[in-house]
Parts: sequence; structure tokens; C-alpha cells
Amino acid sequence: MINILLARYRQGRRTMKYPAGPPPKLPARFRGRPSIERGKCGSECRACVDACPTQAITINGKARIDLGRCLFCTDCTRACPDGAITFSQDYRLATDSRDDLILEDNILRLAQGLKGRALRLFGRSLKLRQVAAGGCNGCEMDVNVLNTVGWDLGRFGIQLVASPRHADGLLVTGSVPENMRLALQKTYDALTPPKIVIAVGACAISGGPFADHPEVHNGVAACLPVDLFIPGCPPHPLTILDGLLRFLGRIEGDGDRS
Amino acid sequence: MINPARFVTFGNAEPVELGAVPELAPDEFGRAVVAAADGGLRVGAYFGTAEGQDGVRLYAILLDDLTGSIHGACTAFPLGPFPSLTRECPQVHLFEREIAEQFGIEPVGHPWLKPVRFHPSYTGRPQPWAGSDGRSPPVGITNFFRVDGDEVHEVAVGPVHAGVIEPGHFRFQCHGEDVFHLEISLGYQHRGIERRLTGGPGRRTIHYLETLAGDTTVGHTTAYCHAIEAMTGTYAPPRAQAIRGIALELERLANHVGDLGALAGDVGFLPTSAYCGRIRGDYLNLTAAVCGSRFGRDLVRPGGVLFDIDAPLADSIGALLADAERDTASAVELLWGSSSVMGRFEDTGRLTREVADELGLVGPAARACGIGRDVRHDFPVGIFRFSHVPVSTWSTGDVFARAYVRWLEVQQSIRFIREQLRALPEGPVLAPPPELPPEQLVVSLVEGWRGEICHVAMTGPDGKFQKYKVVDPSFHNWFGLAIALRGEQISDFPLCNKSFNLSYSGHDL
Repeated sequence: MINILLARYRQGRRTMKYPAGPPPKLPARFRGRPSIERGKCGSECRACVDACPTQAITINGKARIDLGRCLFCTDCTRACPDGAITFSQDYRLATDSRDDLILEDNILRLAQGLKGRALRLFGRSLKLRQVAAGGCNGCEMDVNVLNTVGWDLGRFGIQLVASPRHADGLLVTGSVPENMRLALQKTYDALTPPKIVIAVGACAISGGPFADHPEVHNGVAACLPVDLFIPGCPPHPLTILDGLLRFLGRIEGDGDRS
Repeated sequence: MINPARFVTFGNAEPVELGAVPELAPDEFGRAVVAAADGGLRVGAYFGTAEGQDGVRLYAILLDDLTGSIHGACTAFPLGPFPSLTRECPQVHLFEREIAEQFGIEPVGHPWLKPVRFHPSYTGRPQPWAGSDGRSPPVGITNFFRVDGDEVHEVAVGPVHAGVIEPGHFRFQCHGEDVFHLEISLGYQHRGIERRLTGGPGRRTIHYLETLAGDTTVGHTTAYCHAIEAMTGTYAPPRAQAIRGIALELERLANHVGDLGALAGDVGFLPTSAYCGRIRGDYLNLTAAVCGSRFGRDLVRPGGVLFDIDAPLADSIGALLADAERDTASAVELLWGSSSVMGRFEDTGRLTREVADELGLVGPAARACGIGRDVRHDFPVGIFRFSHVPVSTWSTGDVFARAYVRWLEVQQSIRFIREQLRALPEGPVLAPPPELPPEQLVVSLVEGWRGEICHVAMTGPDGKFQKYKVVDPSFHNWFGLAIALRGEQISDFPLCNKSFNLSYSGHDL
């Protein structure tokens, strides 16, 4: 028993101050929101388009990056002869709509979140059922991390619950294979309305690295209406938390403070 | 054991000419595989490739842990029934089901022939379990072994589970609380990766490897890169090999520490559960310090690694590792001194060494049965040729053994990383290899945190992958979990399951 108490003393209090304080420090090599510097980009060149494994970059007059497809790898930055593509430290990526994820002129319209009655219903208590459907378990792991003492998701009234019958919404990860379509639909049907759906990760938004495989449905939106998109492969826990807090109107603007 | 006339013998990540793999008559091939398994060899991979329009070629890759040698043979026959080896060599049971599913051919005499991943056959032929219309039932619809009798009942769980975990279906035959039998039916995560690897390498190839099993990114990408480097006769620079080793052991640390915490959680011991959940993140963050991704994405590439560890980074990783080590020891050692934990861990989910051997289990699950099986020791390549990691075993085969082996390995991994950080070789970290040569075969083994990762790469006449076979350690071990549950209480399933912590995505591909 004394050892348990000593360990408790040693381990200390570890829950982060964020969002009341600054967010946890991200590593210097962290790849957040990408940007294309127009002045540097040679418009004739399509090296990034050809290098991207998921067709996330298109050039049609101007270059666009679809964050819903982006794996946040360095295939484009290494392919670009002009060094025009860079990843910033900006972890805030969540949006209300699929179209908002397509970065043009490096403008990202972050999620505005719930309004009116929905905000009154869910703003202080949001129970989510997680459904893993055809990813790699990366997103699931970094969703789970939010339940650890460092992040302590429960302090925001957000809880990942064991049954759709207990839940206000689904948090879906994965590309939604045909082999999970029915299970996902049944889980959604088991929720009581009003209900919400959150798509986390490139797979759930676009199919990710498995996009256009005949085995998968290219993400959740093929089956269910999606209310919040949190891109990444997988998104950092801070990106997921930022998305959830924006969704509930707990943070706005630069998001460093509530 | 191995008849040299029947097999070509080579080493881990050593190329052989595809034509050098002996082609045996089907019955001779079967006898040779069974004889090798009887002689103590393991089946690392057993798979088919398309042979023209209406033929199939089966390859057997047998592993000799004692000598570190790999033996390969093949047989070819027209698409149609072929004799099953499962009754004589249980290790191939799931491989034969996979061949049946992919090619629509029946292994005759297979004792429990069912789908593995529930997808249509690659050949368009009806699968052995197809209905009269030639179509196979959807995922999860299959015969389950059933126990009948008074008070016997069936419990079905999944694919959607109560926790944040991957989907799978578990069917228990119970008598009261006691489990007579557990059957595990997967395939819900099937996204068609292995099929798409054929014809590569392409833009997505390395990303498929990174997302086969997202918790084993470094393990699988390292196996892939060893295969590419072997085929092209190149080596990653020594510094890159050391960085790969560091990343592989960081991956092991994060997962093992996370598992120890989750095991504590499953027996209601919250201190270790809470601490380890957080400390796992410390190890993930060390990986992110190296490559920007907590899961080692974008780090390991053919020819080396994309990110260097310079001296200041090595120092800071070393300091953070020391903190994490102290925190881990303080959290984990509570387990072994708590009778409430040990009472649940000990003698739960026991597997004997004989069963583990017969099923060909790998990784901590095998080492917890007293089997000293570890690719880093038995088939060393890369940094593990120069820097040795002692094999950690325990003999009791229960949940405690699987937990304790993880703890022993955590300590070894930390020691290994510290040693590498102190003496990183000088030089570059990337030397991209040339195009792949045609008609080569390479077997690449890596000891991932769950156990042996086996990749078999084969190029065709055009230098593209004619086949890229992936065997995640989970493929061997899921059946071990099913057997470990026999005679246990159903309420101990979560604990037993976590003590294996197998991958659904790595199995389903």
C-alpha cells in the first residue's frame, strides 16, 4: 500500500492546463497545416501533384490542397523543386464542411460548431460512441489518448460511451469498408435523434490511403451525414481535442484560450 | 528435417532468384512441408500467386529459428481442389483458408474451412463456402462451431465493441461463466491492401505499409525497406540502421507500456492504468521528436530514413527517455507487488509451450510460454547484427507471463536505445536504392512489438511486384487467443484479449 501512495506522489498531477493555459508543446518536426507559397510555386510544374499518394493536391490555375485527403507526409515537400510547400506547427484543422477542407490561398475556415438548440443540448455534455471502420488503428489510438490523465476529456463533459443507446453521436474513424457498412449504419440507427456524426482522420473523410479501393466507401459521408471533419493521418490528439472544443463552442479564434 | 533437394535455403533479407525456388509436385510439396514442420521448423508464410489465367502456384516459406535459415519451395497446379495439410501441420490452417478465399479453390480435408476476410475471390471463381448462385455470404455470416446441451449458451460480441477498439466478431460457447470454446471471426477491417501491393512499388506503396497496422508502422516499413534493399543489393547507411532500430524499440516501448496499463485497467487497478496511459504518450512523443509523427510515419524509407537524429536531439531524447524510464518503473512495478493484480493475472488464459509451438505463435505470446523466439536474435539484420537484445522469456504461459515478458522487454529496449544514442555511427541517413531487378524473391523478417513480421516480396519480369505477401504477427496469434480462452471464465475475456493485444487491421489488410 505504501508503495502505491509513493508512486502516486511521484507521478504527480499531470493534466494539462490547456485550453485555459497554452497548448502542450509540439515537436519541432510536427507537421500541421500545410501551405503553398504562391510566389515560389512554378505554375508549370506538377511535381507535387505527381508525388502525392492520395491526389490531395490539384493545380488548376492555382494550387489547392485537400486536407481531407492529405496524409501529412513529406512526399510533396520533397518533390517540390522550389520549396514552395511547407507544413506549419498549426494543429487547428477541424471544419464544419467537407469543402472547407480544401485549402486555397492557404485560407482555412475552422469549424464554427453547433448553434442554437443543438448547442444547448450538447454544449455541456456530449456522449460519443466510437466506431472504428477500416482504418489502421492510428486514429483510434489517438482518440483514446484523450481519455488519459494528461488530456482528461471528461473535464469538458465529453465522454466516449460503451453503447450507441447512451450516445448523442458517433465519432467514426476509418475508410468504411463494405464489410463495416451495415454495422456502422446499425450503430447510427441505434442513436436517438437529434444525433451528430464526427469524422476523424483522412480515411473517414476521404478513404485516406485506401481511397478508391473497391473494398471501401471512401469514408463516412458515403453513408451518414457528417457534422464535423477532423483531418490528419492520424490527427494529433491536440487536433482532435481542438476540433471537439470548437464544435461545442468552447474555443474560438486562435484557440489558445477558452 | 530439411531435404536440401526440396528447398532453396537463404537468410533473412537475402535475395534469391525466383527460378531457384524448387518446384515440387503437389504431393511431394505437401510431404516436404509437413516433414519440415515435424522437424521443428515454422511456417513463416504459405501463400499462392496467380499462374497464368487458370493456375496457381503455392509457396511455402519455412523458418529455422535455430540456424537462422529460411527455406522456400513451391508447387503449381491448375485452379481446383488441392490437399489440405492442416491436419498434419496445424500452423497452416489459416493460410489454407486464405488461399481458398483468394483463389476460390478448396483445400480438401481442411477441418474448419471458412472465410478469413470475407471478400470475393481474386479469380472470380466461387469460394468453397459459396451458395448455389456462386456468391459468398456477407461478412460474419458463416458456420460457427456450436456446443449444444442443457444450460449451454452462446454469446456473440462485435463487430462494434464497447471500447475504442477495432472491429471483430467473437462467438463464445459457454456453460454458465465457463467458456467451452471461442471462435474469432474477422475481416471487418479488410480494405484490400495486399492486392494493391501487387504491381508496385508505386506512389502509395510505402503508405500502405505504414497503415497495414498503424501501431506497427516502423516494424512494417522496416521489413519492406529491408526487402527492397536486399533485392537491389544495397544497404541503408549505418546511421540510418541505428535510427530504424531506435524507432522500432520506441514503438515497442509505447505499445508494451500501453498494454501494461490497459491490463491493469482490465483488473480494476487504476494507479498503473492511469500512469501507463500517460507514459505511453511520452514514448510516442519521442518518436514524434524524431520524425514529426507519433506513430513513426514518414521515417523509414528504402535506402534509409528521412530524418536524422543530430547530437542535440540525441541528448534531449536521452534525457526524456531517462524520465520515462523512472516513471515506467514506478508505475509497472506496482503490479507485481499487488496481490489483487497478481490474483487475476496468474493462471489466467494459460497456454502450454506445446500448443504454442504447434500453432506457430510468435512474439511476446510465444516467449511467455518459454519459447526463446525473437527475430532480433534468431534472424538478425540491420542494427541487430551489431547490437544484441537479449531474448526475454517466462515459462508460465498465462496473462502474468505475457505481462511480465513485456516488462522485461521494456527494460531491454530502453537499454538498447540508450546504447544507440550514445554511439550513433557517422555519415548520411539516406542512399536511395535503384530500380528493382526482375525475378527475385526476398523474405524479410522483423521483430515487431507483437512478434514476427514476415514480408515476402517477389518481382516479375518487369521488376514490379508480382506478389507482395504480408504476414502480420496477429495472423499467427489470433488462434492462440481462442485456445487460451478454453476453460476460462467469459468475464476474463477482456483481460486475456488485452494480454495478446492483436491487430485487426494487420490481420484483415
